[in-house]
Amino acid sequence: MSTDVCVTSDAPLALELINVTKDFGGLRAVNNVSLKVRAGERRAIIGPNGAGKTTLFNLITGQFPVTSGKILLFGRDITRLPMHKRIALGMGRTYQITRIFPELTVEENVILAIQGLRPLKFDMFRPLRRHRDVQEKAHELMENLGISDKAKVKARELSYGDQRQLEIALAMASDPKVLLLDEPAAGLSPAERVTIANLIRRLPKSLTLVLIEHDMDLALGLVDQVACLHFGECIADETPDCIRANEMIQQIYLGGE
Amino acid sequence: MASWWKYGVIVLLLIAAALVPQALPTFWISIATEVLIYGLLAMSVNFLGGYGGLVSLGHAGLFGISAYTVGYLVTRMGVNHYVAFLAGILLTLAVGAIFGGVAIRATGIYFLMITYAEGMVVWGLAYRWAKVTGAENGIRGITRPELFTKGWQYYYVVLVIFVLTIYLMWRVLNSSFGLTLRGIRECEPRMAALGYNVQVHKFLGYMWSAFFAGIAGGLYAYYNRFVSPSTVQLSVSSESVLMMVLGGVGTFFGPLLGSLIIIVGRNMISLYTARWPIIMGTIFVLTVLLAPKGIIGTLSAWWEQRKKVSAGVVEIVEASARKEVGAEGEVRVGTESQS
Ligand SMILES: Nc1ncnc2c1ncn2[C@@H]1O[C@H](COP(=O)(O)OP(=O)(O)O)[C@@H](O)[C@H]1O
Ligand SMILES: [Mg+2]
Repeated sequence: MSTDVCVTSDAPLALELINVTKDFGGLRAVNNVSLKVRAGERRAIIGPNGAGKTTLFNLITGQFPVTSGKILLFGRDITRLPMHKRIALGMGRTYQITRIFPELTVEENVILAIQGLRPLKFDMFRPLRRHRDVQEKAHELMENLGISDKAKVKARELSYGDQRQLEIALAMASDPKVLLLDEPAAGLSPAERVTIANLIRRLPKSLTLVLIEHDMDLALGLVDQVACLHFGECIADETPDCIRANEMIQQIYLGGE
Repeated sequence: MASWWKYGVIVLLLIAAALVPQALPTFWISIATEVLIYGLLAMSVNFLGGYGGLVSLGHAGLFGISAYTVGYLVTRMGVNHYVAFLAGILLTLAVGAIFGGVAIRATGIYFLMITYAEGMVVWGLAYRWAKVTGAENGIRGITRPELFTKGWQYYYVVLVIFVLTIYLMWRVLNSSFGLTLRGIRECEPRMAALGYNVQVHKFLGYMWSAFFAGIAGGLYAYYNRFVSPSTVQLSVSSESVLMMVLGGVGTFFGPLLGSLIIIVGRNMISLYTARWPIIMGTIFVLTVLLAPKGIIGTLSAWWEQRKKVSAGVVEIVEASARKEVGAEGEVRVGTESQS
């Protein structure tokens, strides 16, 4: 890979994948992928459908074990940790297919996400509203994501666009250091895509972001560095400008659609 | 944030419950006691099934362990009543820790099957471990504490313990942990991605549920003064699930209403016919087909809908009023919004 020209930062590594491979039976969904994401970096992972992008997230978060390879978070080997422990180390993720809590209100959804990493989740007696700090944080978060007027609405009753916002709110609720967004704009209207893009731009600079996005135009405008997966292999790891100029990738996208 | 009228209804129900011994003949006091006990068992099933999404078909086993423990300790060992009652709950928790530890590894239909099997284990022990359980003869002659020997006296004991227990249950369900339980029901896979160790929370939920079932079982032993394999048989488990479904899965008082309907129905109808099981089966099928949310679930869904519609009407009226004044408020219908 000819990445040298494009690599710039020398911040510490937030996330590192070393020769990660995943087989599903006979299918090699992720093939020997190595990836370095520096702290504070905005990184996109692009690639055609079925390239193994979501699977890569599932491996990073521990949804299922790697077949081989290693995953490091801030230098620490997390390859064998269960998901909830990886999350506790400062990871948050969203899902390509929305996974919210449909029968709970938006506020309850967010509170559930906030208390996930706090010991108060074991409080079995005090009513929820007694936890002032959690309440305040929930409202701040809903405010930020523009869903605070729907606090008392059941998640199932939200429009699809608002559900996608909630999906992101859940991942951000625990103040992760590394945020993994799996096609946050999937299925949205052009106007809603702009909302999401602006939201991503407004994220704190200290946050390390890994963004899976099928839509290259959207992804390239948001990130510092882009990895491209194709049939489970990482075929490029470059800046957006290099990616735009990379004929092989343009070929895959034009031909693969 | 229950509104005031809800508290009003609860107070009225409490007064009505307190007046049962004054107002009704002995037979009905006994029925009322049974409604509370089986209602509590059904509420314990609902705690785990309705709120945690883990429907158990083995709660008669937990119920029975407590009842048998009380029976054995009181009749064979002459143990103090209060100690026996506590011992029943503790043993239920101990066995529950094993049963729960196994069952929570599964979800959905598999959880149902494992708890079913665990219930059968208890039933098998009740039937076969004659030295302790008296096999099909069961354990007879369980006495009640001295002050509470009469039916109406014991009714008050049950009522007080019932109220205290469901108050505790209410608090647990409205706490952070209660929200966690509902989260597991709604989207278990997401919970781990939010940092929850789901198994731990499921286990704690199971233990609470076992605790409530254990209380119901202890109360039952003193109420019936006789325990036998029929105390722990499958139909006790399945009936508590039916009570939950009939009243409303995941509604707090639904299982109690279900218990009222089933227990009263059984006692009235069995005066005329022996076909109660058929009738109960029919009730079950009709509920699932016609009102899958159960009685309380259906009523509250209807109520929500009504509130929403009237709120929508208000909004339209306000919006058109604004239009008349020449403002540019857009007309909104229902809760849909333009964003
Ligand atoms: N849990 C799974 N079991 C079996 N095959 C899977 C599983 N998850 C993904 N795959 C397969 O792995 C390949 C990559 O899928 P995925 O990571 O979802 O692609 P992408 O997100 O890039 O569109 C696909 O061929 C998909 O069918
Ligand atoms: Mg995908």
